[in-house]
Amino acid sequence: MVTITRNRPAAAATEAMGFFTDTTICIGCKACEVACKSWNQLPATHGGVTEMSGDSYDNTRKLDGLHWRHVKFIEQFDGPYNGRWLMMSDVCKHCVQAGCLEVCPTGAIIRTEFDTVVIQSDVCNGCRACIAACPFGVIDMNPAAGTAQKCTLCYDRMQVGLEPACAKACPTDSIQFGPISELRERANKRLTQLQSQGEKRARLYGDDPNGPLGGLNSFYLLVDEPEVYGLPKEPKLPSRNLKRAGAFSAATGAVLGLLALVGLRKNRMDSMPRGN
Amino acid sequence: MSDTFFTASPHWTWFIIPYFFVGGIAGGAFFLAALLQWFGRPEDRPVIRTGYGIAFWGAVLSGILLTFDLGRPFRFWHMLIQSENFPHLMFKSWSPISFGSWAILLFAACAFVSWYMSQEATVLAKLVAAVGGLLGFFVAGYTGVLLSVTNRPIWADSPWLGALFLASGASTGAAALVLFSRSRGAAETSLRWLSSVDTQALVIELILLVLFVVSLGSVAKVWVSFWGLLLLVGVVWTGILWPLLLHFKPAGAGTGFRNPALMVLLGGFLLRVTVLLASNSIAVHHVAAGGN
Repeated sequence: MVTITRNRPAAAATEAMGFFTDTTICIGCKACEVACKSWNQLPATHGGVTEMSGDSYDNTRKLDGLHWRHVKFIEQFDGPYNGRWLMMSDVCKHCVQAGCLEVCPTGAIIRTEFDTVVIQSDVCNGCRACIAACPFGVIDMNPAAGTAQKCTLCYDRMQVGLEPACAKACPTDSIQFGPISELRERANKRLTQLQSQGEKRARLYGDDPNGPLGGLNSFYLLVDEPEVYGLPKEPKLPSRNLKRAGAFSAATGAVLGLLALVGLRKNRMDSMPRGN
Repeated sequence: MSDTFFTASPHWTWFIIPYFFVGGIAGGAFFLAALLQWFGRPEDRPVIRTGYGIAFWGAVLSGILLTFDLGRPFRFWHMLIQSENFPHLMFKSWSPISFGSWAILLFAACAFVSWYMSQEATVLAKLVAAVGGLLGFFVAGYTGVLLSVTNRPIWADSPWLGALFLASGASTGAAALVLFSRSRGAAETSLRWLSSVDTQALVIELILLVLFVVSLGSVAKVWVSFWGLLLLVGVVWTGILWPLLLHFKPAGAGTGFRNPALMVLLGGFLLRVTVLLASNSIAVHHVAAGGN
């Protein structure tokens, strides 16, 4: 039975699992994208014909309902010999407080026993509220299914003790899978190593359980500002606006109602026959 | 840069825009009809009946538009019943799209009953009108709240959209009542009152529109675009200032562009077009090719 709760329902049956992505060792091979598509049987776009982006070596361009993994190429070039590529394998962040799960009106989005966030395709009716709610632009429609879809952190593989297809395929271990507590330790060691080697821009994104959204179960090691990677600095829950927006609407309704009543009384007085 | 620029568009377009428009009219018209049923006089009866009729057919059309917008229309009932846990109800008090689905259903029921009982002055008829009136304003306003409870640019950058849509629902509801009840024998006093309600709602709508744009802060620069022009010319001038001018010079009112009710309806529609499409046109922040 699925319990409809706001966020973080019953305690996870097992330890929270997730990804730590070290972007400094990503080589942009896109093996993770291929493995994801292959395992999850996601159809090709444009009938399998490759469509060139025209302004980047990255032709996938973004995460959507048919691409649950996407290796971003951040091409920072100032002339032909001065620049760098930043590469980052992007995926659903499996937020500890998930905006998509919060707004989903059908209960299709659930938190699993591994503390990951999964869309049940047989329950989703394609209203697309989760797409607008996700602070990372991760979710989109799968046109073949008519439902919203995204990374499941290979829920089916995890249930039988296998690691997700993308992490398994990653040739450099840029994508690491495991218990979140263990991944955080590993990430902090790597951060210290990089900083001691002089890479002062190195930072972790989404590792802090006291940070935005209660931390991300898919967190990153970056070497520039989050915005450079297309990540929001302070991701927020959509419900932050609910009380204020509701209060302003109620106040407006009350004012309009009151004015209409006063107008009705005035109208009645005006149309009454004048006494002597 | 606002964090909302890193999100993806839900593609709420040509089913949702008319729904927001029709839902606003239906809610506003019911609220005003209910006020007349409670505090009006016998000569207001044609307006009351017209208001309930607009509300009922508006609610039906809203349901159809919402259902067709779904990726899987036959699963529309998943909004109301837990499909995995039948027959338990599906309701999230913190999700506008969830409590809004219930509000539309109950509003449609109230509109039908009130329309059916519009010739009666029983306590039951008045009670249904009161509940439906409150639900009407709720339906008109929650659509804006729904947009604010996302992470999208413009929508989530301001808490004023619900109030703005509610005021627009009141003005378009009054305008629709003026248009449709005149031929159904509405009394001059009723029409005069509707016209005054429309004027008040338009003034409040204008104030809320200014508050909405100011509250966007740095995000307000998105209006330096075609959508900003449409907001200024289509919504502010055609839908608010021009009808206000016509209201203040009733001798000048007439047909077409000289009919304030028609202009208010056009402005109300363009408000939804502008707010939805301006945000939808902002794609996920482009990171590649040095575009950071």
